[in-house]
Amino acid sequence: MEDIIIELEGLTKCYGSLKAVNDLHLAIRRGEVYGLLGPNGAGKTTTILMMLGLTEPSSGTARVCGFNATSHPIDVKRKVGYMPDSVGFYDGMTGLENLLYIARLNGVPEHMVREYGSEMMKLVGLEGAMHKKASAYSRGMKQRLGLADVLIKQPDVIVLDEPTLGIDPSGVKDFLSLIRQLSRQQGITVLLSSHHLHQVQQVCDRVGIFVGGRLLADGNIQQLSKHLFSEEAYLVAIVVKEDLPPDWQDRSTLLGMDSVKKVTVTGNTVEIACTRDLTPDLVRFFVAKGLDVMGVQKKAYGLEEIYQRYFENNLNENEADGKSSGLFQRSFFKRRR
Amino acid sequence: MKLMANPAGYFKDLFSKDAGDKEIGGSGTMAHQAIGGSGRLTDGTGDAPAKTTPFGVILRKEIADHIRSWRFIVLLILIVLTFAATMYVSLSNLKAAVANEADPDRLFLYLKLLTTTDGSLPAFHIFISFLGPLLGISLGFDAVNAEQNNGTLIRVMAQPVYRDNLLLAKFLGALVVVAVLFFSLGLFMIGGGLIITGVRIEPVEFLRILAFLFVTVLYVGFWLSLSILLSIRFRQATTSALTAIGIWLFFTVFFRIIVNIAVKAFFPDPVYLSPTEILSYNYLILDMLRLAPSQLYMDATTTFLMPSVRSLGPLTVEQMAGAIPSPLPLRESILIVWPQVSGLLAATAVCFALSYYWFMRREIRT
Repeated sequence: MEDIIIELEGLTKCYGSLKAVNDLHLAIRRGEVYGLLGPNGAGKTTTILMMLGLTEPSSGTARVCGFNATSHPIDVKRKVGYMPDSVGFYDGMTGLENLLYIARLNGVPEHMVREYGSEMMKLVGLEGAMHKKASAYSRGMKQRLGLADVLIKQPDVIVLDEPTLGIDPSGVKDFLSLIRQLSRQQGITVLLSSHHLHQVQQVCDRVGIFVGGRLLADGNIQQLSKHLFSEEAYLVAIVVKEDLPPDWQDRSTLLGMDSVKKVTVTGNTVEIACTRDLTPDLVRFFVAKGLDVMGVQKKAYGLEEIYQRYFENNLNENEADGKSSGLFQRSFFKRRR
Repeated sequence: MKLMANPAGYFKDLFSKDAGDKEIGGSGTMAHQAIGGSGRLTDGTGDAPAKTTPFGVILRKEIADHIRSWRFIVLLILIVLTFAATMYVSLSNLKAAVANEADPDRLFLYLKLLTTTDGSLPAFHIFISFLGPLLGISLGFDAVNAEQNNGTLIRVMAQPVYRDNLLLAKFLGALVVVAVLFFSLGLFMIGGGLIITGVRIEPVEFLRILAFLFVTVLYVGFWLSLSILLSIRFRQATTSALTAIGIWLFFTVFFRIIVNIAVKAFFPDPVYLSPTEILSYNYLILDMLRLAPSQLYMDATTTFLMPSVRSLGPLTVEQMAGAIPSPLPLRESILIVWPQVSGLLAATAVCFALSYYWFMRREIRT
């Protein structure tokens, strides 16, 4: 248990009748890169705020670095560097001054704060714009200044809320590899929230899928796909030369095969979902039937499918008691009564 | 961008430098020793000689912000102009005021300098009873909500800083600026008076002027804490500014009218009352007027600047019997205005306490 650095137990946050975060249990180990993945309004930011003691949970506890974030927020903030989703800087001050302010707040002694600050600016690649006003910074530069802000306190844990928002693709790549590098070399735990699947996939050791205030799944990509697609872990798509008739005879034969779960025919493509890897058998079957096989594609499930799947499930639930449609429904029901 | 291309390289560089320092044990740069070597910033600097607290850092930044802001410069010009104009008027009427045998305060030259007027302009302390609120409001109305809207509040709150430190620094920062402004104006006036008139200043006069300046700062402080309170309550800076100005206008313009209407509607006709009853009603009206902070300020400053004022309410003939029209000692003046001063202090404290209550446990997000 020693190396669990972030521990959330039954964390719940209600805004009025809306449950923004619902009974969240989560443990993150030291040195891990953890991705909180979820659509907008899923409660990611609220969770992060509770971890930093910036808002109080309605029930449950958040322990970060061994401190209760609600009762000892200062101890937590000493160890955690947090970058909010929209970083704001004092426009009247230069980038360096903004950084130095944070450094001083963290108790960097006065005689070395300048040296240390400019070193940090170099580190994030802003040494050219050090003495420019923060209002003149571009979005990407602000993001980098935000990272310098986080790093200057030498944190144990870095929490990044939508860190890649508004940076161009190459910038995102640099940013993420920087974060991963940091985590690896320094053993810094990184928690990042995002709704960008690919980015999370690139850098995270573990991913939590977070929808409607609940953590739907938690684990690495393989675990997630196994958990979700245990029924149909493999999907083989076979393309034949001629279009198949809608009432294709051999469909039932295919379904009769061992471990085949589902067969979909669209035009000249047949998609077969199965629990084992049946690709060679399937190709042999098609060839035996005298069909000209043009292509065979075996699909593995990536994060996108996982995400899509969870998100879809949740959308269906939302239609019953979701928050976005709740208001509309309420007025609708009232009128009918 | 170029540096971002290979982040691993320079991170390795930086952090390995840290490790090196630790091994060598002191031959590296100071910076790395304290920050990198000891692992934690705060632990490593525990015995540093001049350690600035987060509170000090925020306070310094707030003061710097105010001094550099255009808003403050405009207000500064306004108040300095007011001061110069009232000084000019009082200087040109000073001779007549000092020669006025009927006035028991005529020998307090420096107090006269602050209060004399020929009617073309109100005296400085009356001006300040109008301008002071404006100064306080403009320094505080966007203290918290502007930071919240810019996203800088959450950035500061994510640092190991107590929330009340931020609030206190916001209040004290503006108050320090105001105090420096008024005390330098006051001392400037004394110095200028010494040069122009060549008359020695009495210690009592000096203390009375200091007391006047203190009450002025306190009065501005009340409006400052009120506007900070509103800046916490309202998310938009314009809303909080307008509300604060609305409260100010209410107390300066409408409050007196409302009290008058209430008196006319509910109080009996004085013709049918005995003198003691009239007196008690008069006290009641005065007490109602004193709900307005500007009234408290006027009472307090008038008493400090005019030593012959011996009561803030009406006096009966019996009370006045045998009284010599002479200036009061400073201690007596302080005793007279003590309720006013404590009232202003209490109002400031109430606003501040409410600010704490609202700010300490609220959720901060952009």
